[in-house]
Amino acid sequence: MSKSAGFMRALKCRECGREYPLEATHVCEFDFGPLEVVYDYDKIRKSMTKAALAKRPETMWRFRELLPVADDPTVGTRVGYTPLIKADRLAKWLGVREAWLKNDAVNYPTLSFKDRVVSVALSRAKELGFKTVACASTGNLANSVAANAASAGLDAIVFIPADLEEGKILNSLIYGARVVSIRGHYDEVNRLCAEIAGKYGWAFVNVNMRPYYAEGSKSMAYEIAEQLDWNLPQHTVVPMASGSLLTKIHKGYQELIQLGLARDTKPTVHGAQATGCSPISVAFKQGMDFFKPVKPDTIAKSLAIGTPADGFYALKVMKETGGASDDVTDDEIREAMSAVAECEGIFTETAGGVTVGVAKKLVASGKIPAEDSVVLCITGNGLKTLDAVQGHVGKPAEIKPSLREFEQLIESDNKIKSK
Amino acid sequence: MAATIRIPTPLRKLTNEQETVEVESATVGAAIDELEGKFPGIKERLVSEDGEVRRFVNVYVNEEDIRFLESQATPLKDGDDVSIIPAIAGG
Repeated sequence: MSKSAGFMRALKCRECGREYPLEATHVCEFDFGPLEVVYDYDKIRKSMTKAALAKRPETMWRFRELLPVADDPTVGTRVGYTPLIKADRLAKWLGVREAWLKNDAVNYPTLSFKDRVVSVALSRAKELGFKTVACASTGNLANSVAANAASAGLDAIVFIPADLEEGKILNSLIYGARVVSIRGHYDEVNRLCAEIAGKYGWAFVNVNMRPYYAEGSKSMAYEIAEQLDWNLPQHTVVPMASGSLLTKIHKGYQELIQLGLARDTKPTVHGAQATGCSPISVAFKQGMDFFKPVKPDTIAKSLAIGTPADGFYALKVMKETGGASDDVTDDEIREAMSAVAECEGIFTETAGGVTVGVAKKLVASGKIPAEDSVVLCITGNGLKTLDAVQGHVGKPAEIKPSLREFEQLIESDNKIKSK
Repeated sequence: MAATIRIPTPLRKLTNEQETVEVESATVGAAIDELEGKFPGIKERLVSEDGEVRRFVNVYVNEEDIRFLESQATPLKDGDDVSIIPAIAGG
């Protein structure tokens, strides 16, 4: 193995097992199966001990051996290690004994879990000599690519569906990225980007850099385990767009078991979707191992992928770990967003509403037993999807600057306790 | 009549680096067979043993996924654009 590969060994097709060099390439030339990074776990076991970890800074890069860069990371070095919050009030709302929120709504720097994948993808893109980075995005990924590229001095071109939330569009423009808005839904943006990626020599984080990029999501699993004193959670509920995050959280847990850092307590992984874009959860509920593509129609735009590329693998993981899958309507999403905000003081975006809403359904149906403990993955920040709750969370009570008006207000207002 | 098939990068070794290929066939399925005639070996990359388009291959006729149309029976007419694209993740 060459020194420049770090702890990586090769890229390998998940379908047929053919191996490829560690370049910017993402599909098997034979069957179009996705390529995945394979590691030298013996080497990692020697380097990534609990004692070594204890001395490292609290960022996702403390698990650097399990992240696909050859040398030390150069982009997004402060990403990750977001809080894992014990959510007692939300647990009551859910009807479960214990609930934890892994709060990537405050991930650094762009307030979503995408900073994890982007810091890996851009660090690797720099190692491979790229100067321009790009992505197809439902918003959060574009924000993260734009911000991290800016701080790394890379040029960024991001492609988004034209109907995105205003907040997510501005959050890419501010960093000086070229934002290309496509009149179509995400799957159409993605298709176009696959064609563009074949034509231009850019590092498309979710296309030709995907094998590296996707691995960044595993860091969420490592952090959850370490924050639970190296115990794996009984249940983890993960939102699904392409299904990639769910498969990588599972992979992260399994790697910790393989490395002897956590005991194999058979962690169960559940997948959450919005009813308006639920190809994976519908397939799961019907007992299928393949999904039917759909045209998305949901307020959870960050999850609106109708042709989920990792759907097959997500279905497999949920089945193998004894997990379940369900989906929630737009109203249920908003209700769950409010519950997280009112119970825990955390404003999550629509995807978080999907996760929490589905968790409630899984508890109600007994798929997550009421006496168990569950970790809910909060992947994005509500400040970016204000449009989704506009008009649904009430209005301020407006009065003149007069004590009398205030007293009249408070007498009639059951929200405020006057004593 | 002729439709244009856009060949993705991973398959261009089979098409002598040709990015587009003109086909005369009346359906997507027949066009795949026609491609196989011109570039032997290409069909097994696109279609699995059971005759279905491989699960990581997406085929589009004029920007529409053939799974929303009539799959391999989707008709082709003069001037249609067919894209073959590996499934990719994102978000």
